[in-house]
Amino acid sequence: MTTPPKPAPAAAGSRAGMKKELPERFKSYQHVWVFIEYEHGEVHPVGLELLGEGRKLADKLGVELAGVLVGAGREGLRQAAVEAWEHGADLVYVVDHPTLEHYRNDPYSQVLTELVNTYKPEVLLLGATVLGRDLAGSVATTVLTGLTADCTELAIDDDRCLAATRPTFGGSLLCTIFTLNTRPQMATIRPRVMAMPPRQPGRTGRLIEHKVALHEADIVTKVLRFVADRDSSKAQLAYADIVVAGGLGLRSPENLQHVRALASALGGDWGGSRPLVQKGWMPADRQIGQTGKTIRPKLYIAAGISGAIQHRVGVEGADLIIAINTDPHAPIFDFAHLGIVADAVELLPALTEAFRKRLSVNRLAG
Amino acid sequence: MHIVVCIKQVPDSAQIRVHPVTNTIMRQGVPTIINPYDLFALEEALRLRDKVGGEVTVLTMGPPMAEDALRKALGIGANRGVLLTDRFFAGSDTLATSFALAQAVRKIGETWGAPEVVFTGKQTIDGDTAQVGPGIARRLGLNQLTYVAAINAIDLEAGTIAVARRAEGGVQELSTKLPALITMLEGTNEIRRGTVPDVLRAARAKIEVWNAAAAGITEVGMCGLRGSPTVVKRVFAPTPRAAKAEQVEAKDRPYEAVAEDVMERIFAAQPAMEAELMRTAAGY
Amino acid sequence: MAQERFDAIVVGAGPAGNAAALTLAKGGLKVLQIERGEYPGAKNVQGAILYADALEKLIPDFRDDAPLERHVIEQRIWMMDDTSHTGMHYRSDDFNEERPNRYTILRSQFDRWFSSKVREAGAILLCETTVTELLKDSRDRVIGVLTDRHGGPILADVVVLSEGVNGLVGQRSGLRDELKPKTVALAVKETHFLPQEVLENRFNLTGDAGVVIEAMGTITQGMTGTAFLYTNRESLSVGIGCMVADLAAAGVTPYSLLDRFKRHPSIAPLIAGSEVKEYAAHLIPEGGYNAMPEIFGDGWVVAGDAAHLVNSVHREGSNLAMTSGRIAAETIVWLKRRREPCTKEYLAEYHRRLEASFVLKDMKKYRKIPDVLHNNPQLLSLYPRLLSNAAQAFFRVDGQDKKTKETQILKSLRKQRGIGGLIGDAMKMARAWR
Ligand SMILES: Cc1cc2nc3c(=O)[nH]c(=O)nc-3n(C[C@H](O)[C@H](O)[C@H](O)COP(=O)(O)OP(=O)(O)OC[C@H]3O[C@@H](n4cnc5c(N)ncnc54)[C@H](O)[C@@H]3O)c2cc1C
Ligand SMILES: Cc1cc2nc3c(=O)[nH]c(=O)nc-3n(C[C@H](O)[C@H](O)[C@H](O)COP(=O)(O)OP(=O)(O)OC[C@H]3O[C@@H](n4cnc5c(N)ncnc54)[C@H](O)[C@@H]3O)c2cc1C
Ligand SMILES: Nc1ncnc2c1ncn2[C@@H]1O[C@H](COP(=O)(O)O)[C@@H](O)[C@H]1O
Repeated sequence: MTTPPKPAPAAAGSRAGMKKELPERFKSYQHVWVFIEYEHGEVHPVGLELLGEGRKLADKLGVELAGVLVGAGREGLRQAAVEAWEHGADLVYVVDHPTLEHYRNDPYSQVLTELVNTYKPEVLLLGATVLGRDLAGSVATTVLTGLTADCTELAIDDDRCLAATRPTFGGSLLCTIFTLNTRPQMATIRPRVMAMPPRQPGRTGRLIEHKVALHEADIVTKVLRFVADRDSSKAQLAYADIVVAGGLGLRSPENLQHVRALASALGGDWGGSRPLVQKGWMPADRQIGQTGKTIRPKLYIAAGISGAIQHRVGVEGADLIIAINTDPHAPIFDFAHLGIVADAVELLPALTEAFRKRLSVNRLAG
Repeated sequence: MHIVVCIKQVPDSAQIRVHPVTNTIMRQGVPTIINPYDLFALEEALRLRDKVGGEVTVLTMGPPMAEDALRKALGIGANRGVLLTDRFFAGSDTLATSFALAQAVRKIGETWGAPEVVFTGKQTIDGDTAQVGPGIARRLGLNQLTYVAAINAIDLEAGTIAVARRAEGGVQELSTKLPALITMLEGTNEIRRGTVPDVLRAARAKIEVWNAAAAGITEVGMCGLRGSPTVVKRVFAPTPRAAKAEQVEAKDRPYEAVAEDVMERIFAAQPAMEAELMRTAAGY
Repeated sequence: MAQERFDAIVVGAGPAGNAAALTLAKGGLKVLQIERGEYPGAKNVQGAILYADALEKLIPDFRDDAPLERHVIEQRIWMMDDTSHTGMHYRSDDFNEERPNRYTILRSQFDRWFSSKVREAGAILLCETTVTELLKDSRDRVIGVLTDRHGGPILADVVVLSEGVNGLVGQRSGLRDELKPKTVALAVKETHFLPQEVLENRFNLTGDAGVVIEAMGTITQGMTGTAFLYTNRESLSVGIGCMVADLAAAGVTPYSLLDRFKRHPSIAPLIAGSEVKEYAAHLIPEGGYNAMPEIFGDGWVVAGDAAHLVNSVHREGSNLAMTSGRIAAETIVWLKRRREPCTKEYLAEYHRRLEASFVLKDMKKYRKIPDVLHNNPQLLSLYPRLLSNAAQAFFRVDGQDKKTKETQILKSLRKQRGIGGLIGDAMKMARAWR
C-alpha cells in the first residue's frame, strides 16, 4: 500500500464497492501455501506459525495446505518437511539446489515464481521477516498480483476471498485489504503475530520435489560472507516466554536495571517502549511494539508504559499482561489483565525480591 | 555516476488523529514530512556521489504539494528533483506505484543518463510495506539489495558493488553487478544539513513536474486504482478489550505486600508457570 | 564564492515577518525570509483570533482561500470565582456579515497559508534555519545575518527582526535587553478535539459561526492573567496565561492553573469528552508601551512581538504584528525608491509611521494597565468573588425581600474592601484605561 487507504466505509462506485469477478485463467488457482524459511539448517518459527493460520484458511476453503521449502541439503530439507507436516501441512513442495544455500533474491524469486506458475496456489503467505519481505515484493511484482504486508489477521470472506487485516496510519487504525481479480492472494505476517500451532508428532503428508534448472554462473549476486548475530539473546526477545518492559515512567536510564533484574529473576527477557530507544536508553532491537518487536509471551510485565496503540499492538498477543503505572487512567489498563497503580521504580525491586524468595524457598523444599 | 533516490512525502504519523466518532483520519493540518526512512537513502546517495562524483536525482510520486519534499531534498544537497504527478496515479497500491516509478526512472535515465544505482528507503511510515523498492527493481531488472546497512565497495569500471545487508539472524555481505537497487536500512547514517548555498539554490530550483505522458507512461491502466490489484475494503478502529484490568490495591500498602499479591495472582492465572520457573531457576 | 546580497532579510515567518516579507516582495525588493521552524507555523501555538482588518490591508481577498476556522458571532466575558462565573455575552446576527471582522484560526495552518502568499509574491523562504546573530560592519551597522548553517553569512541592506517575543537575535546582537519576568506572560494552551456536531450543539452554533470566551478572576489565583476558550471548526483552543513574575513568586505552574480552569464547573461541561492533542506553552510580551525595546537602528528594524507590540487588554497581538511588519516594510520600500540608505536616521520614519497608526496609539493608551494590575491583585481575586456573591444573593429566591438583599450586598462590598478601596480601584482602572 503506497497510498494510505481511503477512509471507510468506502463510497459506492469506488473500487471497494466493485464486484469480485475473477478472470477465467485464475479459476484453477487452488490451495493455501505457506513459504517456510529454511536457512543455516533451521526452520524459521514464523513459517510454522503461519501453518497454524494457513490450516484454518485451508479448512474454511476446503482445500489443501502446502508448505514451500527452498534451500540446499537433502537431509535438512527432509527434516524441515517433517516439521511442516507435524505443524499442519498436507503437502510440502521442496526445491533443493546448491545455489539456494544462502538466501539471495534472484534465485529465490525465480524458484518461487516458477512454483506459483506451475502449481497455482490461491493464497500465498510469507513471514514479514527481512527475507520474506524481500522475496514477497519481487514475486508479487513478477506475477503481477496483490500483496498485503504485515497482516495481523487473516480470514476468508463469503466469496472465498482472503481478507487481510493490517494496521495503518501508525497503528491507530486497522484496514482490511482484498486482492480482487488476480491470484495468488499474497500476504506477509510478522513473527509472533499468529500463535504457534501445537505440534502433532507423527503426522505426515506428501512431499513434492520440484526440480529447477539453476546455474551459479548465471547468478550475478554472490554471498561473500555471513556474519551471524553475536548477541543471540537479542534475537530471542520475540520468543521469550516472559518479558519485562519499561517505559518513560521509569524516569531515568538507571532505573532500567530494575526491569533487567526482574527479567533475570524470572528467566525472561526485557525490552521497552519506543521513547527509550529514541532517548538512547536501550538499543533499538529491544523496542517492543508496532515499529519494534511483536511479542507473544506467557507473561508480560509493563512498568511505566502508558500503553499507546503502537505499543499495544506489539504485546496484545501475550497470555497475561501486568501493568504498573502511577496513573489510574493510563490506557494500558484498558488491555492489561492485571493492573497496579503504583510507582514502578519501587514495585519492581519488591517483585524481584518476592519471586527470588519464593523460588529459593521452593528449591529448598524441593 | 548517476544516482536516483525515490522519496515519498508522508503525513507525520506522530501527529495524525483519528476522528473519535467516524473513525476516519483527520488529515487537515497534519504536517507532511519526507518519509524518515528515505533520508537514510538520500544521505547514502549523497555520500556515494561525494566519493565518486556524479549527480543525485530525487524522484517522488505524489500530489503537487509533494514538490516541498523534493525541494527539501535539494536543500540537503541533491542535484535535481522530479515530481511525478497525475490524476491517473491516484489510489495506487504498491504494484501500481512501482510501475509508475519504474517508468519514471527509465525516463530519467533517458534524459540525464542511466542510473547506476537507484535508492529507496526501507519502507514508508504510511504504506509501511517495504514492497515498492523490490517492485521497482524487478520491473527494471536491477539487482536487488534490500536492508543494506553499508556500502562496502563500488567499482564503476568493473560495474560492481559490494554491500552488507541485514539478513535473518545475521549480516550478509553481498557483491553484485550494477545497475542495482538498494533499499537502505535505518540508523545507518545521519542526514546532513545543507549549507546556505544549498538551501538558497533549492529555494529557487525548478522542479521537473511530469505527468504520466511526460514520464513516457502510455499504459495508464497499469496505474492508480485500475492498476492496483489490492483494494481497501474497510478501515476501522481496533476494538477495545471488553474488560478493564483487574486492580491489585496498592494504595497505602507496603510494596512487599503488593508484590506478594501480584506474584500470587500471576501464579493463579498461570498455574504451570511456577513449576517452569523452578525448573529454570534450578538450571535445567 | 561571492556572497549573494539581498535587499532585505526578514527573520521569522510569523504574522509580523510574513506581513513584512510580503510587502517587501510586492514592493519589488529582493527578499530572503528565514524561519527556524520546519515550516512556517510549526513553532506556533495553535488556536488564536484573527482580526480581519490588518490582514485585509495585506491580502484584500484573503477570505477566498485562507484556512479560517469560524467567524466570531458571540463574545463571552466571564468573571470567575472558584465555582461560578458572572458573565456578559454579546451575540449578534450582525456578525454573520459578508466580510466578518474576527475569525478563529489554527496558527500552524494559517501561517503556512500566509507564507505561501509571501512566496508567490517572490520572496525566498528558508526553513529549518535559525538566525544566530546579526552581522555588523566596523561602524556597527547591520549588514546581514549569520545562521546555524555552514556556508557563510548572508548579506542584506536591512534586516527586519520579526523573531517573536524572545528576541534572542536582537539580544545577542546587543540591540536590546533580556526579557524581564515582569513584562512577559506565560500562556499554556491545549487543543481539544470534539466531533463537529457535538461542538456546534454545545455552543449553539450553525455554519461557520463561532464563540469566544475570555475569562478572568480567581482562576489565576490573584495573579495578572486571563484564560480563554475559542471554538474552532472541530476543536477548542483552551488556555490560560499569567505574568511570569507572578507565577514565579506564587510558585504556581501554568499547567496546574490550566488544569484547574478545565475542571471549573463552568468550563468542564464545555470540553467534556474531548480528546486533547496538542499542548503548547508560549510567552506573550505584555509589558505594554513602557516595556518596548528600541525598534530601529542602523540597518535594522523590529516588528511584532519582538517589539513588544501586544495589547493585553484587548488581547490583540497578531494584528499589531501584521501592521507593524507591513509598516516597517513600507518604510523600507519607500526608502529604496528614494534611493536612501537604511540607516538609523532614515529608518526613524518607521517609528513615525507607527505612531500615526493605531498600533502605537493603542499601546500608549494602555501604558499603565500592566502596572495597575500587577500592583493591585485584588482586582482579579476579590472582585470576582464579590460579584459572584452579589449575583447569587440577587438571584436566589428565598423569602427575603429585595431591599434587604441589596443592603446586604452593599454591606459586604464595603466590608471586604472599604469604600476608599472601592473608589480607589475604580479610579486606578479608569486612569489606566484613559
Ligand atoms: C508511527 C509510530 C510508531 C510507533 N511505534 C512504537 C513502538 O513500536 N513501540 C512503542 O512503545 N511506541 C511506539 N510509538 C510511540 C507511542 O505512540 C508512544 O509514544 C510510546 O509508546 C510511549 O511510551 P511510554 O509509554 O514509555 O511513555 P509515556 O507515554 O510518556 O508514558 C509513561 C507512563 O508512565 C507512567 N508513569 C510515570 N511515572 C511512573 C512511575 N514512577 N511508575 C509507574 N508509572 C509511571 C505515566 O503515568 C505514563 O502512563 C510509535 C509512535 C508512532 C507515531
Ligand atoms: C496563547 C496565546 C494566545 C494568543 N492569542 C491571540 C489572539 O487570539 N489574537 C491575537 O491577535 N494575538 C494572539 N496572541 C499573540 C500573537 O500570537 C502574537 O502577537 C503574534 O504571533 C506575534 O507575531 P510575530 O510574527 O511577531 O511573532 P511569532 O508569531 O512568534 O513569529 C516569530 C517567528 O520567528 C521565528 N524565529 C524566532 N527566532 C528565530 C531565529 N533566530 N531565526 C529564524 N526564525 C526565528 C519563530 O519560529 C516564529 O515562527 C496570542 C499569543 C499566545 C501566546
Ligand atoms: N510515491 C512514492 N514516490 C517515491 N518513492 C516512493 C513512493 N512510495 C514508496 N516509495 C519508495 O519506496 C520505499 C518503500 O515504500 P513502501 O513499499 O510504501 O513501504 C520508500 O521508502 C520510498 O523510497
